Amino acid sequence: MSLITSKTVPGNVAVSRHQGDEVVFNEVVPRKHPGRWIGVALLVILVSQFVHSAIVNPNFHWDVFAEYLFAPQVISGVGWTLFLTVAAMILAIVCAIILVLMRDSDNPIFQWLAWLWIWFFRGTPLYTQLLFWGLVAVLFPRISLSIPFGPEIIGVPTQWVITAGVAALLGLGLNESAYLAEIFRAGFKAIDRGQTEAAQAIGMSRAQIWWRILMPQAMRTIIPPTGNETIGMLKGTSLVLAVPFTLDLMFATNAIANRLYLPVPLLMVAAFWYLVVTSILMIGQFYLERHFGKGQDYVETRHV
Amino acid sequence: MSDAAVPTVSLEGIHKVFGEVHALRGVDLTIGKGEVCVAIGPSGSGKSTLLRCINQIEKISAGRVRINGELQGYDERNGRLHEISPRRIARQRRKTGMVFQRFNLFPHKTALENVTEGPTQVKRIPKAVALKRGRELLDRVGLVDLADRYPNQLSGGQQQRVAIARALAMDPEVMLFDEPTSALDPELVGEVLDVIKDLARSGMTMMLVTHEIGFAREVGDHLVLMDHGVIIEEGAPKEMLERPKNPRTQAFLSKVL
Repeated sequence: MSLITSKTVPGNVAVSRHQGDEVVFNEVVPRKHPGRWIGVALLVILVSQFVHSAIVNPNFHWDVFAEYLFAPQVISGVGWTLFLTVAAMILAIVCAIILVLMRDSDNPIFQWLAWLWIWFFRGTPLYTQLLFWGLVAVLFPRISLSIPFGPEIIGVPTQWVITAGVAALLGLGLNESAYLAEIFRAGFKAIDRGQTEAAQAIGMSRAQIWWRILMPQAMRTIIPPTGNETIGMLKGTSLVLAVPFTLDLMFATNAIANRLYLPVPLLMVAAFWYLVVTSILMIGQFYLERHFGKGQDYVETRHV
Repeated sequence: MSDAAVPTVSLEGIHKVFGEVHALRGVDLTIGKGEVCVAIGPSGSGKSTLLRCINQIEKISAGRVRINGELQGYDERNGRLHEISPRRIARQRRKTGMVFQRFNLFPHKTALENVTEGPTQVKRIPKAVALKRGRELLDRVGLVDLADRYPNQLSGGQQQRVAIARALAMDPEVMLFDEPTSALDPELVGEVLDVIKDLARSGMTMMLVTHEIGFAREVGDHLVLMDHGVIIEEGAPKEMLERPKNPRTQAFLSKVL
């Protein structure tokens, strides 16, 4: 039996058997996993059967699918859906940051307003909110600045400002802001109190502490659920027909399907594009996570 | 400002109440320029709280904290205390450097970025100057080779030395150490104590909360023993450790020595 020692390399620990100076690493025969191979075989059979049946099944109307996959209304629907998703998420993120700051402030009015906002937008259905935004022009025909209970100073018809697009954006964005505010709050709460104390101790201001110390660390925990919300929003945009906003992907494919009396191939078209956009968003999420994980999740171990 | 009559830190009748807990019950203490004050005592005796009151991480419930004679956290006019703005509090905090038990390095910044964060963001020193100074400080704590590592890639002792360099980068009037070696593996304690010893020798004014009694005897000019939120005995470390007067000091020392 030769000498057994452990050798420490900075950053990782290697235990090896020494014979003189040469290290002979253990050769390990990997465990066999026969069950996995059987599982793979079964899955291959099942998946290929399903794919085959879907391809040969005339009910899927693959010719119609191919015909409308790149149809101009569909492509424009993809564009509008993507635009609504991104614009509503940006609006939601901005509102959520303000809400988190309000809830964290020592001003009780701000705390209370933020709480009320979250209570209302989380507590009522998105569909109802979208309907309401669609009806704003009916409920409030003019938006105006006036002396309280007195004459109007300046005003415009509401329908000039709250168009269907704006209504859809407000409905989606404001609703989402309430959910995001809670996600952001959780992200900030997860940071050790010592981080704020250390930043205070070197004399940083409140704003600097938020922006330079807490925010980058909170992003780590905020991004995965926010990615979830973004993908949820992508599909949530199909609800804007409540406004009614009629240019998004789901409305476009439904309109074609109703005209052709063929719902299935056009549902497949919509599903295809939702998957494509989701995949693109997931790639973006990967890079964001890598950026904000630096120093913690993605650390290149370097030996000095 | 370095009037010999004005102590660097002066604490007058400090009380701190956390809800039901009366953590500090009237503490008076002065630390002169270049003096090393070491606070010891059982856990829960209020020594860390006292330290945190000096740089206003904790708000005091009664008393006055002065640094170089300047009242901290309030303006006193006609015998009444007025709250001051967060900006002025941040400005006052720059006079104290703090080293925490759990290091509290910023995990998303490298060792060097941790050290230069204060100078560039708070003091608005040009980046090139701050980087040069940051490297000098890391060199002083023996870590200039690890400047580009993230805290996660450093040992506890190394992290604490970076934290000391980070505090020094703000050129504080007084350094506060809150049990700087309590979270370290035993073999890493020495490297951190060596850095603190070196600082003491260079004439830095310091207050240190520690459980390292031997170290307190070696570097301390002034030893303070706290229990139940009050100072029960203070004096020159050697004298006090060898001939404690208060029976509670004797009881505490018999447990830790």
